[in-house]
Amino acid sequence: MMAVSSAPDRLVYRHAAVIRVTHWINVIAMTALLMSGLQIFNAHPALYWGSQSDFDRPLAELGAEQAGNQLKGVTMIAGQSFDTTGFLGASTGTDGTLEARGFPTWATLPSDQWLAMGRRWHFFFAWLFVANGMVYALYTLASGRFRRELVPTGQDLRRIPASIAEHARLRFPKGEEARRYNVLQKLAYLSVAFGVGPLILLAGLTMSPAVDAGLPWLIDLFGGRQSARTIHFICAFALLGFVFVHLAMVLVSGVWNNLRSMVTGWYDIGERHEQ
Amino acid sequence: MSNDPTLGRRRFLTRAAAALGTAALAGCDQLSQESWFTQLLASAEGVTRAVQRAVIGQALAREYAEADITRNFRANGTTEPQSDEYQALADKDFADWLLEIGGLVERPAKLSLTELRALPARTQITRHDCVEGWSCIGKWAGARLGPILDKVGVKSNARYVVFFCADALDLSGDKYYESIDLAGAYHPQTILAYDMNNAPLTVPHGAPLRLRFERQLGYKMAKYVMRIELVESFAQLGRGKGGYWEDRGYEWYAGI
Repeated sequence: MMAVSSAPDRLVYRHAAVIRVTHWINVIAMTALLMSGLQIFNAHPALYWGSQSDFDRPLAELGAEQAGNQLKGVTMIAGQSFDTTGFLGASTGTDGTLEARGFPTWATLPSDQWLAMGRRWHFFFAWLFVANGMVYALYTLASGRFRRELVPTGQDLRRIPASIAEHARLRFPKGEEARRYNVLQKLAYLSVAFGVGPLILLAGLTMSPAVDAGLPWLIDLFGGRQSARTIHFICAFALLGFVFVHLAMVLVSGVWNNLRSMVTGWYDIGERHEQ
Repeated sequence: MSNDPTLGRRRFLTRAAAALGTAALAGCDQLSQESWFTQLLASAEGVTRAVQRAVIGQALAREYAEADITRNFRANGTTEPQSDEYQALADKDFADWLLEIGGLVERPAKLSLTELRALPARTQITRHDCVEGWSCIGKWAGARLGPILDKVGVKSNARYVVFFCADALDLSGDKYYESIDLAGAYHPQTILAYDMNNAPLTVPHGAPLRLRFERQLGYKMAKYVMRIELVESFAQLGRGKGGYWEDRGYEWYAGI
């Protein structure tokens, strides 16, 4: 294991305590939400568009069909069907036999099909996600961090092509440049924290018949409850995609340095910074 | 075995991550069995109920147009009650069926379908949202529950309206039942529906009478209603949670 030797004058205090705490609470909440969400989805593993469910014509469906004496998992997206036995539509249950289920046991919370318990997890962690997100958003806005560190400047935007090239070559800024987020980081964090995050919450609320009565504009915003459910699902996978890219970037740009900065706040910029 | 230390480390990290993931999953499944933890999770229901009620008040659920009505509205749960008593009523097109209203009321009553149809009614085209995730739109006509409650006289200590049904969903023989509170019962869209899509309710959809409790999930809307009782608490009913599915872990407040 390579040790990181960091001279004190190369360390910058990057993440305030509020950011670090809300980050790790968010890791827990989003993991629980995603997996319990897949459990809930498994109760009716099909997506539709509009107000209602046209059972004969879903947009996408994780189905199972009997092929001889073998169960076959079939994933249908926009009319195209794929055999996804073992992963989607049909996979091995906790009792060891192949069963019809949308997502496999290792992706759902609880592992077994148990809608009532999945809902309990989901709505508990949804409140945690909302409360935590509010603390993060208010702090970021009130502290000026939003404007200073997340909104890209004109200069930033002009550097997008160069930044893409740097990321492609896995070369990351050092020294003074590393004290701030690069433009791709800014755009990614901004669109996730202030775009997809609020969107998935609103889409989730639109699935509530009670909320729909009180805030009917939500139904129109998403084009119907089933559209909202589909958008909620797409947002969840957009967030999962963000997490994969985020983790990959953490790995290639210095896993210990990044982890330390999100735990202690201190980030090594790699070069001595001017006093 | 490879001598490349990077490969070894990568394999170690991958395996460690997989092992951690498996352990975390097993841990979560264990937590789902612990009553202190599931009660902690369920505490969110109270927050949801309080916040939703504060935000929505007595707002009406959206009503849709005739053109929006679902052609093949899914019938979920029981689609044909098996009891001899119900079968006998169905054989005579529910001519002998009587809705009993009792419990904490001043004037217990028994109402036939003809009498129910003469009471203050409401017709509404609404969206039915199943807890499983799907939605269908149907047109419902029925007697408003509020005026019926006024007619029988609700005693001051009554808090909930309980609906007892003809169907048993599982082999245990436990009959379906549901409960709503008085504020919900007096909501203008809360009706005892006898018609669906301009025709008498069919057996799969709950003939002769089902509750329409718009603004909450489908399982609240009891089908095959035989008896209505006003109670102070549902501690004495079923397993004490206020409904068949509530007794099996689902939320009593089914607003989301």
